Amino acid sequence: MSHHLVEFKDIHFRYPDGTLALNGISFRISRGESVGIVGANGAGKSTLLMHINGYLLPASGSIVIGDLQLDKQTRQEIRKKVGFVFQNPDDQLFMPTVYDDVAFGPLNLGISPDRVADRVDEALGTVGCLKLKSKPPHHLSAGQKSSVAIATVIAMHPDILVMDEPASNLDPKSRRQLINLLKVFEHTKIVASHDLDLILDVCKRCIVIKEGRVAADGPTEAILSDNILLEENNLELPLTLQR
Amino acid sequence: MFDTEFFNLGYLDRLSYQDTLIHRIDPRIKLFSAASFIVAVISFPKYSISGLFPFFLFPILFIALGDIPVRLILKKVLVVSPFALFVGIFNPLFDSRPALEVPGFTVSCGWVSFASIMLKFTLAISTALLLIATTSFPGICFALQKLRIPKAFVAQLLFLYRYIIVLMEETMKIIRARDMRSFGKRGNEMKHFVPLISVLFIRTVDRAERVYHAMLARGFNGKIYSARSYALTMADMLFIFTSIGLILLFRVVNLSKLIGRWTTG
Amino acid sequence: MHMADALLSPAVGTTFWAGALATIAYCSKKLKETMDERMVPLMGVLGAFIFAAQMINFTIPATGSSGHLGGGMILAVILGPYAAFIVMASVLTVQALFFADGGLLALGCNIWNLGIYPCFIAYPLIYKLLVSSGSTPGRITIASLISGVVGLQLGAFSVVIETLLSGRSELPFGTFVLLMQPVHLGIGIVEGFVTAGVINFIRSARPEILESTFSACPLSAGVSLKKVLIGLLIVALLTGGALSWFASANPDGLEWSIEKTFGKPELPEQDQGIAHALKKIQEITAFLPDYSFRKTEGKIESTEPEKKEAAWPKVEAGTSLSGVVGSTIVISMVLLIGFSVKAMRKKPKPE
Repeated sequence: MSHHLVEFKDIHFRYPDGTLALNGISFRISRGESVGIVGANGAGKSTLLMHINGYLLPASGSIVIGDLQLDKQTRQEIRKKVGFVFQNPDDQLFMPTVYDDVAFGPLNLGISPDRVADRVDEALGTVGCLKLKSKPPHHLSAGQKSSVAIATVIAMHPDILVMDEPASNLDPKSRRQLINLLKVFEHTKIVASHDLDLILDVCKRCIVIKEGRVAADGPTEAILSDNILLEENNLELPLTLQR
Repeated sequence: MFDTEFFNLGYLDRLSYQDTLIHRIDPRIKLFSAASFIVAVISFPKYSISGLFPFFLFPILFIALGDIPVRLILKKVLVVSPFALFVGIFNPLFDSRPALEVPGFTVSCGWVSFASIMLKFTLAISTALLLIATTSFPGICFALQKLRIPKAFVAQLLFLYRYIIVLMEETMKIIRARDMRSFGKRGNEMKHFVPLISVLFIRTVDRAERVYHAMLARGFNGKIYSARSYALTMADMLFIFTSIGLILLFRVVNLSKLIGRWTTG
Repeated sequence: MHMADALLSPAVGTTFWAGALATIAYCSKKLKETMDERMVPLMGVLGAFIFAAQMINFTIPATGSSGHLGGGMILAVILGPYAAFIVMASVLTVQALFFADGGLLALGCNIWNLGIYPCFIAYPLIYKLLVSSGSTPGRITIASLISGVVGLQLGAFSVVIETLLSGRSELPFGTFVLLMQPVHLGIGIVEGFVTAGVINFIRSARPEILESTFSACPLSAGVSLKKVLIGLLIVALLTGGALSWFASANPDGLEWSIEKTFGKPELPEQDQGIAHALKKIQEITAFLPDYSFRKTEGKIESTEPEKKEAAWPKVEAGTSLSGVVGSTIVISMVLLIGFSVKAMRKKPKPE
């Protein structure tokens, strides 16, 4: 069993309208790592993330998640290990109540309703939203929705947590709560974000994507203090590093 | 107009999640009682008036026990009355046979049947509103499912409910943007409506795509599971027997006339 | 126009409910067999779209009055008839509950009037037929216009029939029809234009939406002319049957209401011809229910003074003195009960 959990080998992907989104991406992520994905708009971050849970399949190259090579047959199985948190919680909370949403994943895994109830309590407890159990999603605040969205995913006990712009709609306090939560999680984390301070706080490693390719891959501190690299990618120094 | 409808919907929705005696009654029971109530009320013949009055006990009790603001119900009943009013008002016009002679004027049968229509209307509409106000929408969907309404339809109801608020918020943004750039009637025209609606439609389809992805990401394979269960309690049984009993009683015996006879000898 | 509970009789209401439920069951089954699972969120979200879109007012050119969208046709074009029907039924259900549009019993009628006619008659028999041999913007506009108008005319006519069969309203058939149909003609034309506009917009902006959703619902390929004719014939029979039953059960009824409406004691020549032709059709469709007889009897009696006495027993004695007194007492008691309950609940409950 390889100790790499996620392995992308020379991945290419083109959208139906012709846009070449991924143009030879390669990297390896080990169990327990926390990796930030940064880059300019349109660089390919979201497209990359959507390959990790098999929503998109590469045109060429190979992706291995855990022991499974990603293809049409294995992606259902892979989704059991990869928890994907979307940018907009409204896209992710589609059931009538919080309980139903958090239970959705485990029920699809075939877990019995009694044990599902335990999982729901556990997941909601972890994100601090247990009292919201019977509320409908449209009665929640943005911060609560964000937390519940994470709960819907961790209730499935995934190995890998993938997050697309997790803090984009949050007020400072909710954002801070989110960061604290992520720091505690032991899952392998892959986070795409423009919020470089969040990446700095949460991710030890950072991959910079530029025009569908890996432009840089290394320790976050080093990458996010490299002014020239940042400028080339429409980024700038995280506020905490600015003096 | 859009704004007020939006907030009204949210208000009624919020009321439905309260926790009172009435709210706790099983949704199936409430649905059944409401349906029986409405059928009983509209089964009254064309010219019935006094027999309908005892039925007001139900909406009034629901309002009192369920902490529902009376003004909300009254306002809504008024707002949706135009069609019934419009059709009903022809009754006095076409039916002018005298029904009641009172010193001074004659009340025609047409007015009697019109009043009957409006009474029935008020009873039926307030019952529908009170049903949703005291039973959350997911609760009603649960009741429908147990009544063997196809799962595909119930799932559709639940998704629709979930996304109405989301869509309305998006629509509100678009309307505000339009209103800020139009002056009076200009800008509100149909030819601007079409692109506005089309853009909303496309955004909706894109959203559906993202929701579908979210569902797949959590293992969706076509089957919708239901994770909730309600059990019938003594309170539920008491409620159903009492309400059906009263409905039958009020339908068969005209209490108003009885009481009236006793008091007038 | 939404049908209202108060205008319905239990028999009519429950019959239409049965029809609506049967159609829901049928469509659900059909969808389970043929539907792509990605339709599940799409149908839900599109329902919300229709819901929201119906609340946006726009001004109609040349009239200055405001109108708004129905949506059945757009849904049918994008989703196909079965899914579109389910979505319309779900939207109407939410409206019946949250907005009390019509009422719970009338919901069955409304699902029929606003769901069946656009999705299963106007769309397959008209729109698809016209567009199947080439979908240019022009064709789409014409197809949308015709199907929009027809769908709404059928729906409006249905409301008239339902009201008539229920016998709660005194509106004569002729007057009612004359009030409903022209208004809905205008609404239908507007709906047709909007539908065409939206479909053409999507075709140019995001054509893949139309293609992908069409391929997701494999409908019976093409509609044969024979099927169209049969469909139209059935519609004609139903309509003719209803009209003729009315006319024959109350041979003076149609003329009487026309007289009331126009104030002319003499009928225009063609109407007499219609009444005669309708009597012929009535023989074929004699199976229609007859509980409207009570109402029609009332009408005949009202034009014949010596029969007036017979009409009296029908009017409930609730209008007599004891009825009035009793009603007042009852309503006061009910209100008293309500207030005391509320007062009791305000007291802090012992926990």
